[in-house]
Amino acid sequence: MSMIVAERKPLDEVLQRLDGYRKILVAGCSECVTVCQAGGEKEVEVLASLLRLRGFTDVVTDVLTRQCDVEFLPALDLKAAWSDCIVSLACGVGVQFLAERYRDRWVIPGLNTKFGGGAREPGVWEERCGFCGECVLHLTGGVCPIIRCSKSLLNGPCGGSQNGKCEIRDEVECAWQLIYDRLKGLGRLDLLAEPIPPKDWSHARDGGPRKVKRTDVMAV
Amino acid sequence: MKSGSKLELLFEAGYFVCTGEVGPPKSASSRGISKHAALLKDCVDAVNLTDNQTAIVRLSSIAAAVHVMRAGAEPIIQMTCRDRNRIAMQSDLLGAHSLGIRNLLCLSGDHQSFGNHPSARNVFDVDSIQLIRMVKDLRDEKKFQCGEACKFEPRMFIGAAANPFGDPFEFRVIRLAKKIAAGADFIQTQAIFDMAKFKRWMGMVRDMGLHEKVFITGGIVPVKSAVALQRNSEVPGMAVPEALIKRMQGVPKPKQQEEGVKIAVEFIQELQEIPGIRGVHIMAIAWEEIIPEIVERAGLLPRPVVEGGPSQAGEVE
Repeated sequence: MSMIVAERKPLDEVLQRLDGYRKILVAGCSECVTVCQAGGEKEVEVLASLLRLRGFTDVVTDVLTRQCDVEFLPALDLKAAWSDCIVSLACGVGVQFLAERYRDRWVIPGLNTKFGGGAREPGVWEERCGFCGECVLHLTGGVCPIIRCSKSLLNGPCGGSQNGKCEIRDEVECAWQLIYDRLKGLGRLDLLAEPIPPKDWSHARDGGPRKVKRTDVMAV
Repeated sequence: MKSGSKLELLFEAGYFVCTGEVGPPKSASSRGISKHAALLKDCVDAVNLTDNQTAIVRLSSIAAAVHVMRAGAEPIIQMTCRDRNRIAMQSDLLGAHSLGIRNLLCLSGDHQSFGNHPSARNVFDVDSIQLIRMVKDLRDEKKFQCGEACKFEPRMFIGAAANPFGDPFEFRVIRLAKKIAAGADFIQTQAIFDMAKFKRWMGMVRDMGLHEKVFITGGIVPVKSAVALQRNSEVPGMAVPEALIKRMQGVPKPKQQEEGVKIAVEFIQELQEIPGIRGVHIMAIAWEEIIPEIVERAGLLPRPVVEGGPSQAGEVE
């Protein structure tokens, strides 16, 4: 499953941010962060237990179907009203949706939202999508140069590519070596001879916060 | 004439060109640059000014180029895609031309994780090939990247890098072809230590006829010691044959510096024999003072003299 991959913040950091608050609501999410085992039911209960051990007596928990959809937020209203601080174990989207709904409650993130990626093997998640807004994977054999090349190069590998590795760290594969190998295998090396013009980054975050509107999906 | 730079004139006139490199300091002092430029001005045809090389903050290449011109040498400014977007790059090109700079080397740039600000954000709005194209369109089409007209255009002699030692090896020559198609006028290669591999690459270059479309100079890095050579072999994208390291190690330490010079001279002489090689680019990092000796021993002195030149004349509107 492709998803937003997140990681739990260190407990000490969460504790530091909770200083001065008494009634804590720990809110998880059943989507991506459950799959990547950072903010699902299990992690919510673990954090709540740890907080109790560290002296917080009033801790309640909940796990929403999706924190990134206003439709599911009312389920949290009662507990939110009781609390004086909400720790969201969703991605950054969930944290913001809670903060927007509970305007008089302090909402803090319990996770670091990392990237759009997937699980290659149990316990290992890798980045695959940089959400640039204008997919180029048809040009590069299904390997993303925007996010997998450390320099987001569009016209081939820099001089630092050696033995299939990126210059920054040996554990990072050179995206352009992967692209080259794949296109060679498919007999499409011709694609690499074509210069790719500068990307229109206005479709990416550089164009400001983005919005997708679909009239066919909108409520009548 | 594309830029009218001395570098361009010498290439066009058929000379075996010789360029050097000066790394600007991690300070606001121009003293070292002026000193090195004065030292190099009569033994190389132009001097590269690195652009925050290895992602370490240094005096800017454009400002350094002005000091080089004041010292009587011709600059080649490097420009990487790491720190500037297309707006800043084009702005700097306008400024560079207005200061009399006529040679530009377009590079991707080392990743910031190597430098002294590893927590910095990188830009890479355009890549090196797109940069080459942007500089060419400004010069030949008088157009900014957005398509708008540029009334008084910056005229650069456009350089690009090629690394025959990077991977995938077979793609390296395709990438060179792309750089030429994008508008590169001259090429400086990565440091050559593996001459056999370099010759293999040049064979592929000639097979594609690329040596007739661009002026290729071979990169030479003189090394002071076996340890320094070893260190070079650890740089990503560099290839140093075991035999060369053994040769250096076989020489007593006090004589390794002389051996390093000897190797550099031999390599330059070998480069002159390779069909399609039009010059040498000597990168004596933090060892600039050795360049005159290497150039002399390689038989490349005296350097040809070119009268006038835009670098001396400055802006002419």
